[in-house]
Amino acid sequence: MEKTQKILTAAQVRNKTLLSFLFLFLFIAASVFTWKWLQKQPTEQAALKPLRKVLDVNESIFSGMFNSNRLAKTYRKEQAVSKVRVNGNYGMSEGFDPASWKLTLVKANGDSLFISLDEIKKLPRTEIIFNFKCIEGWSQVTHWGGVRFSDFAKKYGLVEETQLQFAGLRTPDNEYYVGLDMKSMMHPQTLLCYEMNNAPLPMNQGYPLRLIIPVKYGVKHLKRIGTMFFSNSRPPDYWYERGYDYYCGL
Amino acid sequence: MKRTVKKHSLAIRWFHWLNFPLLAIMTWSGLLIYWANDIYKLGWGNKTILKFFPDSFNKALNLPFRLAEGMALHFVFMWIFTINGLLYVLYLIFSKEYKLILPNRHSLKEAWHVILHDLHLRKGTPPQKKYNAAQRIAYTGVIIMGIGMLLTGMAIYKPVQLNWLCAILGGYEWARAEHFILTILFTLFFVVHIVQVMMAGWNNFRSMVAGFEVLPLKEEMDVSEPEPAAQAPTSHNLNNH
Repeated sequence: MEKTQKILTAAQVRNKTLLSFLFLFLFIAASVFTWKWLQKQPTEQAALKPLRKVLDVNESIFSGMFNSNRLAKTYRKEQAVSKVRVNGNYGMSEGFDPASWKLTLVKANGDSLFISLDEIKKLPRTEIIFNFKCIEGWSQVTHWGGVRFSDFAKKYGLVEETQLQFAGLRTPDNEYYVGLDMKSMMHPQTLLCYEMNNAPLPMNQGYPLRLIIPVKYGVKHLKRIGTMFFSNSRPPDYWYERGYDYYCGL
Repeated sequence: MKRTVKKHSLAIRWFHWLNFPLLAIMTWSGLLIYWANDIYKLGWGNKTILKFFPDSFNKALNLPFRLAEGMALHFVFMWIFTINGLLYVLYLIFSKEYKLILPNRHSLKEAWHVILHDLHLRKGTPPQKKYNAAQRIAYTGVIIMGIGMLLTGMAIYKPVQLNWLCAILGGYEWARAEHFILTILFTLFFVVHIVQVMMAGWNNFRSMVAGFEVLPLKEEMDVSEPEPAAQAPTSHNLNNH
């Protein structure tokens, strides 16, 4: 690189130095000001509005780039843990009666189907052993069984429904709820899950039916599905309302 | 009269100073995220020498229960950090300035001299152009660390869509650990960098702000000044210019 040199008076050197440091202080002041300004912004869904806007842009970028052929790494059965971590019990309120449970499936025309566990178990069974990733940062290789959501949708003729952009899931007590983009729902590893480690789902893992969706963080793997519905606008999402990213895609 | 020599271009100075708030925000938001699963420690078996991080540290910085805030900040400022870093690397390539930063075959030996010199164990200034050998290794290292930051970050951000990258880095949990280790290394680099800048003195610090260094007039030039004397016009010539 060429070096440019100049012969200057001491006063010229001093002035150039002062001017440059004035710019540095302006830069520091602008940084501090921007940070303080950001912290004072109103929130949208518990996240500072400017940050929320960028998170939404991130969502459109990464859902646009989403490739259904990319699969979560799978493992051998013996690699799955036997003690599966239970990290949350939102929506798992007491007084739930498993015997009377049926999945409420709200169709696009407003009609509801009520589907029993036995009917769901008759659909093609799929197993997956993958590294379950919690938004907190831990992960665990776990073993699940159930029916692919895409198989379920085919069987129940959810043609119009799967053309919509989102699916919404709620627990029977409506305490916990998630919204999911349809591309992630139709991913081949997404299961309506009724088995863990080749046994029926334990109560604290969402018996009788939960979602397993390896392309998302654990917060989206709703336990004890009560109602499923479809829409073109974002269904309510529990953690989104508490400041997290809506998409949570992996 | 004084002789000033251009040392850092305006672009370099912008890239450099932007990194300061960006790395601060990325590190800060990273700490908020890491707290939610703070499993790393120095030690072996049940023996812990240093827990990352001690409760007093978490409490002093008010880190607990701010995961959502940390993630929001991290996934916004990641773009600016990445763009600034990519522009910096592109600039180094197109301005050919990478030649002054990349270590060469002498650098390892010379870097040892620099260390001995800095510790006052060896007399005589080690040879250098814009940067000495230790600086070349450090600054190239920090660029590699930045690239590593980006890659490990991408792997834990999109471990399914980028499953190949995640696999190359040793899997999801390793990628997270690598991302953490790189943060620690960045912090150590920062500390050493500050100490070195303080030891190098005002003229050097000013060059990263104003762009130029003030050197003695040609007549009293230091022998370590690398520019061939023939290229340096005399003060007399310039004054007539």
